[in-house]
Amino acid sequence: MAELQFREAIKEAIDEEMAREEKVFIMGEEVAEYNGAYKTTEGLLDKYGYKRVIDTPISELGFAGIGVGAAMNGLRPIIEFMTFNFAVLAADQIINHASKAGYMTGGQIDMPIVFRGPNASAGQLGATHSVAYDSMYAHFPGLKVIYTSEPDDAKGLLKSAIRDDNPVIFMESEQMYGMKGEVSDEDDYLIPIGKGKIKREGSDVTIVAHGKMYHVATQAAAQLEKDGVEVEIIDPRTVKPLDLPLIIESIKKTNRCVVVDEAHPFAGFAAEIGFLIQREAFDYLDAPVQRVTLPDVNAPFSKPLFDEWLPSPKNVIDAVNQVTYRS
Amino acid sequence: MKKFWHQKLTMAKKKTKEINFAPRGIGEEKDGVVQKGVDLPSPTKKKHKSLGLSEDDLKAMYEQMYLQRRFEERAMQQYQKGKFGGFLHLYIGQEAVSTGTVFALNDDDDIITAYRDHGWGLCRGITPKEGMAELFGKAAGCSKGKGGSMHFAKTENHFWGGYGIVGGHIPIGGGLAFANKYDQNGRIATCFFGDGAVDQGALHETFNISQLWGLPVIYVVENNGYSMGTAAKRHTVAEIVDRAKGYGMKSKVVNGMDVFSVYEAMKEVAEDVRKNSEPYFLEIRTYRYRGHSMSDPQKYRTKEELETYQKNDPIERLKTYLKDEKILSDDDFQEIEDKIEEEVLEAVEFADNADFPEKSALYDDMFAEEDPYFHN
Repeated sequence: MAELQFREAIKEAIDEEMAREEKVFIMGEEVAEYNGAYKTTEGLLDKYGYKRVIDTPISELGFAGIGVGAAMNGLRPIIEFMTFNFAVLAADQIINHASKAGYMTGGQIDMPIVFRGPNASAGQLGATHSVAYDSMYAHFPGLKVIYTSEPDDAKGLLKSAIRDDNPVIFMESEQMYGMKGEVSDEDDYLIPIGKGKIKREGSDVTIVAHGKMYHVATQAAAQLEKDGVEVEIIDPRTVKPLDLPLIIESIKKTNRCVVVDEAHPFAGFAAEIGFLIQREAFDYLDAPVQRVTLPDVNAPFSKPLFDEWLPSPKNVIDAVNQVTYRS
Repeated sequence: MKKFWHQKLTMAKKKTKEINFAPRGIGEEKDGVVQKGVDLPSPTKKKHKSLGLSEDDLKAMYEQMYLQRRFEERAMQQYQKGKFGGFLHLYIGQEAVSTGTVFALNDDDDIITAYRDHGWGLCRGITPKEGMAELFGKAAGCSKGKGGSMHFAKTENHFWGGYGIVGGHIPIGGGLAFANKYDQNGRIATCFFGDGAVDQGALHETFNISQLWGLPVIYVVENNGYSMGTAAKRHTVAEIVDRAKGYGMKSKVVNGMDVFSVYEAMKEVAEDVRKNSEPYFLEIRTYRYRGHSMSDPQKYRTKEELETYQKNDPIERLKTYLKDEKILSDDDFQEIEDKIEEEVLEAVEFADNADFPEKSALYDDMFAEEDPYFHN
């Protein structure tokens, strides 16, 4: 095991896949000469040159579409968005084209493309730079959606995403890029897409949390442990395909569940997990499933308001207390 | 200073005319009459030999254009009989564009187009049976009945399909060219769209990037004069071809009612693009005889306007040439037309009798793997 920053794990995954397969290339804003807005592509231009590490203009719709056309015509593009908040401008390419071209031509088109970049909020960046889009993309058939929480998952899953023959949305976080973690130094380290992980074992309550919210959940779990509550944390890692059996197995053991999600509440990941649990494990539940999400409100700038807006360990503890009837 | 601005505002107010947002496009309206759809440039004066076309080529061109026309006329009848639903956007009147292009390009050059795609598909080897079955939503259709009228495709022949979001496939055309350049395979890409698509931001982003990276691609607006029901003069400012100027892109206007003119321009431009690896923008002016789709009452144009263009019909034009040059006789034409008519009727019968896809096909073709995950 080697200790790597999240951004280093991302870079290693891209580097290894580019070394392995000539058809893999990366394009996006500031990925080449600037070495990546968040340094996830540092050194790649020097190693692979301007053919395979490509700076784009600020034209998300244009370069995402060029990626889609290149994928159709035999290449394996990695399209970096400086944030998924900007990918909204490219939504036509992702939602109307990448996810549908294969189907509507009766399977004549392959679409091996990865759209990646940071997702959700990153401090006081205001309303337009703070949205979590994983639930939105997971809504659409034909897309796989990954939002990882730790460097090890990021490396293994990004490598799998680049090798996948379908469009994959791979999400990171500005606030996690500097986070360190043990990363497997296994040669060609691949984590299968669609497999979640029990990251903390416990018998009292299941918390489902992915991406940046996983870390909020671990802080809450540490607090709760002091109060004698043993939390089991499941990180699905992949939003879609969802590892539902892993979640259901845990609930059969703990009989209680809190879902922590950095999206707004309506029709989001937390809502979906709540529905699935009542369908699959209704008789095992000792309390209604609770969720901790953003409020149905845009991201504010002001620090106290922002802190109120973002799910916190305190919110998670409150929800756990509710499902364990400790409040 | 304050006082001065106040005075200026008051003066401006007095001069204010009634506000209206009626589109103000290229050309002028005369006496309230909307000017006709597009001004056709002069066709080429060259004859087939100097264009490098053989008599067999001309015969094949005629057959192809006639096939596109009859295929769609029969498709329209079937639609009106209620044999299939959905959209049906007809290409009738524009056949010289697809035909001239496909004859000029190499067979492995890539073509992508918008939803008015039947002619393109037939031209790139979708059989009338596969095409008609697709319209009927049958499993034997070129896209297995999953795409319908707007999504004909035959990727093995480098026809990447018809796309339904106006302008959405323009960057994809750039991407096809990007991959060709990346692989250094000598192929170029061509991307066709209607005049409505030039107003989309996708075109501008793609033009900029294509010129920046030297993508070997020909962007072609098939300017048929109307963006659905809005005349080009009412939906876009300045000349469409001049969009290229802002990006330093080479450009040209072509008469799209004359297959020789399309062939000549496309041959020359394809060679330039292949050699220099630089994009090109063509405005091919043409005219669609039918409505935007089947539900279009066509109140935005006059019967007289339509008739003016029909006098320039691309199929009749080639027929006249072939007769004048004594390449084909009336009997030859009768034979060709009967053969194609029969082929199209067989396609209709085939499509009508073909099987719909199995219900299980609903889940096929969503993902590359054999046994994919579906959320439920």
